[in-house]
Amino acid sequence: MAAASDIVSPPRSALPPRRHPFIAGLLRLVREKPLGAIGLAIVLVFLICGIFADVIAPYGINQISPVNRLKPPSARFWFGTDHLGRDMFSRILFGAQLSVIIGLSAASLATVISLTLGIVSGYFGGKIDMLLQRLVDAWMSFPELIILIVVVSVVGPGMVQVIFILGLTFGIGGSRIIRGAVVSTRENMYIHATQSMGASTLRVLLAHILPNIMAPVLVLFSTRVGAVILVESGLSFLGFGVPPPAPTWGGMLSGSGRTYMYMAPWLALAPGLCLTLVVYGINVLGDALRDLLDPRMRGSR
Amino acid sequence: MQAYLVRRLLALIPTLFFASLIVFTTVRMIPGDIIDMMIAQNDIGSKVSRDALEAALGLDRPMLAQYFSWIGGILLRGDFGSSLWQHSPVGEEIFARLPVTFELGIMALVVALGLAIPIGIVSALRQDGLGDIIGRSFSILMLAVPGFWMGTMVMVFPSIWWGVSPEVKFVPFAEDPLGNLLQLAIPAVILGTSLSAVTMRMTRTMMLEVLRQDYIRTAWAKGQNERGVVIRHALRNALIPVVTLIGLQAPILIGGAVIMEQIFVIPGMGLLLLEAVGRRDYPIITGVFLIVGVAVVLINLLVDLSYGLLDPKVRYR
Repeated sequence: MAAASDIVSPPRSALPPRRHPFIAGLLRLVREKPLGAIGLAIVLVFLICGIFADVIAPYGINQISPVNRLKPPSARFWFGTDHLGRDMFSRILFGAQLSVIIGLSAASLATVISLTLGIVSGYFGGKIDMLLQRLVDAWMSFPELIILIVVVSVVGPGMVQVIFILGLTFGIGGSRIIRGAVVSTRENMYIHATQSMGASTLRVLLAHILPNIMAPVLVLFSTRVGAVILVESGLSFLGFGVPPPAPTWGGMLSGSGRTYMYMAPWLALAPGLCLTLVVYGINVLGDALRDLLDPRMRGSR
Repeated sequence: MQAYLVRRLLALIPTLFFASLIVFTTVRMIPGDIIDMMIAQNDIGSKVSRDALEAALGLDRPMLAQYFSWIGGILLRGDFGSSLWQHSPVGEEIFARLPVTFELGIMALVVALGLAIPIGIVSALRQDGLGDIIGRSFSILMLAVPGFWMGTMVMVFPSIWWGVSPEVKFVPFAEDPLGNLLQLAIPAVILGTSLSAVTMRMTRTMMLEVLRQDYIRTAWAKGQNERGVVIRHALRNALIPVVTLIGLQAPILIGGAVIMEQIFVIPGMGLLLLEAVGRRDYPIITGVFLIVGVAVVLINLLVDLSYGLLDPKVRYR
């Protein structure tokens, strides 16, 4: 067997090196979309900071040190300290942790909701589609931030609430994109063939529709993570997110810290810069993924 | 045109109905203990009993009856209920604040389009040139910068460097038009800059597409100058999706206005909402929530109707 393949195969150098598909995809990203690769690097650093915040952070989240109040950035306190003498670098790391948790779980929930609504609406069509789409229209007339403020005013602030509402809000909005993808997939010949062979609806949906809309789903998920982090920070900034003393990036820019920013401008710089960098990274990675995976969505958004 | 308008307005009914349902059910989720909290927080416990407060909120009747009396009051009498805090009609409170947010929104939109359209055009004309690269990087960066951070920086740094800070006391337009415009200018520029990012990308993409069309080649070939080709022929056709985008961005604009009103202490709808949430003044929260939704629906209607002005092919049939 080995000998036979040696005879027919062309010289080894002519063949592209065989790699794991993940590695190959990564190389393609770096080659074709350098900006996307930078985005990926930022996202990876962000994830590592978030996951290992407890290990990396030199000080505790709420470790107060009255002698070190409002110290400017130094070798000891990389990003300076706040009005209670808490190390900003450590707080930024724990803030990254919160953002990772909220971003990933809310975006996952949103994707599941988008998929469910989008598939039901797009595949079954007819009256259900009409009704659902009017509901989505109505939902999308409300700014995300305002829905969030109103719901938090009713159910109270907290991480679980924020994740749930963000997931629901972005999920309903994103169902449009999934619906579009389902509608265009539904009319393919292979779907009709499967249906005529008597496959159950569930089988058609799971085995044939779902794999064919994975590209927009993946792109939707990646852009949602960025959007969720941005809206959550706005919500925390207004004081309706995860309540203090949790070190959310948005929360660090608001509340009692604001009065000290005039004396200690690094308090205003660090959270905002981190937020911008992370959202930028996720956005450019999302753009690159869209261009590589799903040419139909190019230039949209 | 009239028949189209009527049909378009009729199509709004289900959307508005669902919107009112969303507003209604969201706020009706108030759990019982919140009523106790309201009594404690608003210090109205001494004046009103728990039952009276539930009656004022209409929570003592069946859901369906509550919905119809609420929506009926708004549709028939323009009655949004009254504030639990100031006892003034909610409608009055909202319509006193609405013009301020509207003004901020219009100013932000002017800034956004004033930045996005020229830069988008230049970006498309000099595709992959230095200007295009700078314009595109700027746009993709602006998508990531949170408005509240920019607002905070604008408050903090000029104050540290030059000892100047924006006026916190609001100047109404009627009293001092110039002072009012200057006061709203900073939040409008921040809001407009972040909005311009997406519009800029869209203008560029559409211009690139339109500039490749045959009729543009014809316009060049007949010797028309660049200005004529770009403005008269290309831009007009490229603008249609850009206008659609304005409608889609309306919710983002209003959400951003809430944050700007909070930072710069501008007494608009957003600040009203935040104040009401702080006091758990649910009639006001419900009213603002509903008005915002209706406003977005109407903005999108106006956007749809404006296609006729831009595109003679749209005949409103």
